[in-house]
Amino acid sequence: MSENKKEEIIKVNHITKRYDDNSVLEDFSLSVYEGEVVVIVGPSGCGKSTILRIMNGLEPIQKGEVTYRGEKVDGKLGSITRIREKVGMVFQSYELFPHKTILQNVMLAPVLVQKRDKKEVKEEALQLLARVGLAEKKDSYPRQLSGGQKQRVAIVRALCMHPEVLLFDEVTAALDPEMVREVLEVILSLAKEGKTMVIVTHEMAFAEAIADRVIFLDAGQIEEEGTAEEFFRHPKSERAKQFLNSFTYEKK
Amino acid sequence: MPNLGIEVLFKGTNMARLLGGLWVSLRISLIAVGFSVLLGIPLGIIMTAKSKVIKAFTRLYLEVVRVMPQMVLLFIVFFGTTRIFGWNLNAELASVIVFTFWGTAEMADLVRGAFISIPKHQYESAKALGMNSLHVFLFVILPQTIRRLLPLSINLVTRMIKTTSLVMMIGVVEVLKVGQQIIEANRTSSPNAAFGVYGTVFLLYFIGCWPISMLSKYLEKKWSNT
Ligand SMILES: Nc1ncnc2c1ncn2[C@@H]1O[C@H](COP(=O)(O)OP(=O)(O)OP(=O)(O)O)[C@@H](O)[C@H]1O
Ligand SMILES: [Mg+2]
Repeated sequence: MSENKKEEIIKVNHITKRYDDNSVLEDFSLSVYEGEVVVIVGPSGCGKSTILRIMNGLEPIQKGEVTYRGEKVDGKLGSITRIREKVGMVFQSYELFPHKTILQNVMLAPVLVQKRDKKEVKEEALQLLARVGLAEKKDSYPRQLSGGQKQRVAIVRALCMHPEVLLFDEVTAALDPEMVREVLEVILSLAKEGKTMVIVTHEMAFAEAIADRVIFLDAGQIEEEGTAEEFFRHPKSERAKQFLNSFTYEKK
Repeated sequence: MPNLGIEVLFKGTNMARLLGGLWVSLRISLIAVGFSVLLGIPLGIIMTAKSKVIKAFTRLYLEVVRVMPQMVLLFIVFFGTTRIFGWNLNAELASVIVFTFWGTAEMADLVRGAFISIPKHQYESAKALGMNSLHVFLFVILPQTIRRLLPLSINLVTRMIKTTSLVMMIGVVEVLKVGQQIIEANRTSSPNAAFGVYGTVFLLYFIGCWPISMLSKYLEKKWSNT
């Protein structure tokens, strides 16, 4: 991989994260490089969501530092809103604004935060909605959409801010199985465009298809790291093997 | 057809007096509602604070208001203050104070409930889009809160209008009291006046409260979007 030549966009540097007395991450470090798709996998409760939330300044940390292009990421600093414009995030729960239409959901932040021209934003929003197959839903309200449709809107809403990096936290985990693919296809198409992304997922086939680099997390530590091929075909650690086995079934 | 005793309403100025009484009821409730909303909204926002002291005090206030019958409060404020502080409160003012004291507590609790019912991920997804705290509050949280709040507070308003009938106990001549006076005055000439007069008072309350409660039903339906 040519990671070394590429620019480092997000740097998580020796951080410690505790919830009260419960330590989730201890001396944890991770860098995300330009154009790279990093997939984080690991058992439930190992700290995957926490890492993404910290990258977006949504969780305070006790030690260490997170930077975006050298600038400190800290939810308490005024600069955080500017950084969040550049680091978009999509969550597992359907988090569209229920009192706004689909189009209004997408347009709100670009107009309000980036002070962009309404007409220009609307045009782009409609294009993006068309791209994910939801152009005709522009005037619907979130409650009128299926889970998969809502997640596609949430992705469009994040994209319309022109972020440099996108963080996806198990965006298909709350969906019915038949709606998973329509959402993952959208993310795959973003990867083809070379978008920088950090993805947390339990969909192993998807992870293998999309990842440039896989991080296997266990109890807040990076247990194993490698290309998709290395991790999924030739896992080295026992824990990784066990974890991957938990996704396959055998008739005894 | 039996004599319904309606004719007394058309004697002299009786109808005008009854409407005048209705106006007294409405005036007391509307002024009290106005103050309750003005004071209840900030108090409700304060009540969402995490401080235990604030929680304890506001909880106590709410419980007192809930436990005490409004009539007792009226008596305390109207008669009690005269005795203890030597104030000579006008009965209507005492009523407004009591209803505001009550309405503010109920309103604040509704506001608090509406705010904490907004899920945490609404704040987070708005923040993740680069909105600052003021943007998040004004464009994401507040509109949703108001939608939840409005039907409930309209319901509170109708309850307050109805409960104003209690103020006649401290001598305010409101619609029900006027009705009683008319019945008393015509006891011999129209013995059936009670039916006609109270029936009319019922209708007046109904005309006052029904559209309000319809409005709240309508809004509830229109905004049931989560
Ligand atoms: N707000 C919180 N307060 C206290 N503990 C928390 C909080 N959020 C997460 N935790 C704890 O931190 C640990 C890591 O949580 P996290 O949500 O990051 O896990 P995860 O890897 O995303 O799990 P999952 O796959 O189930 O989503 C867990 O043990 C969890 O119980
Ligand atoms: Mg998680």
